[in-house]
Amino acid sequence: MRKKIYIHDVSLRDGSHAISHKLDKAQIIAYCQAAEAAGVPSVEVGHGNGLGASSIQIGLSRLEDVEMLSIARENLIKTKLAIHVMPGFATINKDLKRAFDIGVDLVREACHCTEADITERHIAFARERGKEVIGALMMTHMASKEILLEEALKMQSYGAEGVVLYDSAGAYLPHDVNEKISFLVANLNIPVGFHAHNNLGMAIANSLTAVESGARIIDGAIRGFGAGAGNAQLEVLVAVLQKMEYETGISLYKILDAAELAQDKILEEIPSIKNLSIISGLSGVFSGFAKHVSRLAKEYELDPRDIFIELGKRKVVAGQEDLIVEVAIDLKKINSTNNSKANG
Amino acid sequence: MKRKKLDIAILGTGNIGTDLLIKVMRSEFLQCSLFVGRNLQSKGMSKAINLGVTVSDQSIDILKENPDLYDLVFDATSAMQHFRHAKVFKELGKTVIDLTPAKVGILCVPSVNLAECLKEKNINTITCGGQASIPLAYALGTVHPDIDYIEVVSAIASKSAGPGTRVNLDEYIETTEKGIQMFSKCKKSKVMLILNPADPCIDMQTTIQATIKDPDMKSIIQAVNKMVATIQRYVPGYKLIVPPTFEGNRVIMTVRIKGLGDYLPSYAGNLDIINCAAITIAEEYSKIFTLTKSEK
Repeated sequence: MRKKIYIHDVSLRDGSHAISHKLDKAQIIAYCQAAEAAGVPSVEVGHGNGLGASSIQIGLSRLEDVEMLSIARENLIKTKLAIHVMPGFATINKDLKRAFDIGVDLVREACHCTEADITERHIAFARERGKEVIGALMMTHMASKEILLEEALKMQSYGAEGVVLYDSAGAYLPHDVNEKISFLVANLNIPVGFHAHNNLGMAIANSLTAVESGARIIDGAIRGFGAGAGNAQLEVLVAVLQKMEYETGISLYKILDAAELAQDKILEEIPSIKNLSIISGLSGVFSGFAKHVSRLAKEYELDPRDIFIELGKRKVVAGQEDLIVEVAIDLKKINSTNNSKANG
Repeated sequence: MKRKKLDIAILGTGNIGTDLLIKVMRSEFLQCSLFVGRNLQSKGMSKAINLGVTVSDQSIDILKENPDLYDLVFDATSAMQHFRHAKVFKELGKTVIDLTPAKVGILCVPSVNLAECLKEKNINTITCGGQASIPLAYALGTVHPDIDYIEVVSAIASKSAGPGTRVNLDEYIETTEKGIQMFSKCKKSKVMLILNPADPCIDMQTTIQATIKDPDMKSIIQAVNKMVATIQRYVPGYKLIVPPTFEGNRVIMTVRIKGLGDYLPSYAGNLDIINCAAITIAEEYSKIFTLTKSEK
């Protein structure tokens, strides 16, 4: 029998980073219908950093969370409606309850890879409300497999029904994937997944390595539509997994149609590996910072590569976008002292 | 004549409670008569025993049975527990400084509303992010009383966030948001908290962003600088690292808070700022308390 791989579609959430969180109603309707037609198991919808993250700091969504979720809900039948939730941004009272009232099916409860205990209350609450809950450990290139296992075990004990390792910075090479995924698969009772970014051109290769190491959940985005250099390209994943005789339940032709549609109606540009993506992958900095870095580099007349490398040194994590302003101001000061020295 | 120090009980022996203990022991107005938790083996408890402080593992019960041993209590447990504790202290007629985000009592930011709070029996110190950001939001509100939106994001070192803080993240956000709105009179607020696991640990950092049409930058900078100087009197490690800057359509400023390094190292500015606030409230209270006592 062919092995089943669960494909989780993050296009309408991770892709929000690529269009500065400006998803509109028509786009959500069109894509949800296309994904439903293709038989995609679940579609994640929302702000790039998930529920309750629309802010000046990270970027304001065009539509409120509840609007996006209600629109998606009306256009999904068999395909599950999923959300990405990070404690520290969203709260149960302000955000989760409302999302559940709209009819969200699946919750990705996410945190930085060493902070699993902050997800305990949210996971318990979501399970009480009868939702499917998958734990999401982000920026996992920053922690060893032993630490990742410890954190994943915590999520398992809180009630998570799966754990996904996120390569948020696109910093993994295939051997890293194999090492970490197979270790988790061997030691957890719940399915393990992988969420790739393509900064170093490794998204598909890393996803396949994850599958061959025992991962059963793989995240993808249509045309790679995600933060920075994008995610594992969903339609390519479907094709390659088909060729390798895995079962995804997704129709290849119809997911190709969905890709065409997304390219026409949603994507501002097809994600590609730009110089900055390479630098952010190498420095291990979250891909979602790219737009902010470019904007501030222009404003402060700096080399954006210098900003990324400095951010890498300071080990920033998602949500610390304010640090980019500080780094820019610091680098500007250093530059101007260097210049005045040269002139003097 | 040597002034008698105010007797303090500390309930909760985690990071916050233990750091408070060290600060109380240094105070010329306060002394700790009881350090109370549930586990004599805990790190904080061992520290207190080493310091020669009277301890108990009987939690709230010991405080209920021995009301004569203390004049004021710090509650450094969790929001959920404080709801229960608050009733007990009310019955006993004891003043409590609540360091959890339970917001049962009056919200207190010493640089803004200390005098008003001293009349109350239950005083809430809001949150660490609240102590860092609300005074600045208040300063903005004095210049522009009709701000649409204020956003606050704090980053703290993972190691500085104990189990209490972690379990209270939702309350942290909701309590801080309420504080920002109340003190600044802005229409809407949003608060976010990031736990940063970087090693070496990062110092606590808080950024305030406000959407203001045509901001009066000169008055804002003046009000903010004045407020920062006031806070520095009780939180020495409080520093404005990005002064109010008008960028895009928002005013942005950032503060960094280095702790005194009493219990946790200096990166734990979050611990320090809320405890410095609590100590300031208690010290001011002690001045009134001894006054009313001697009048009798």
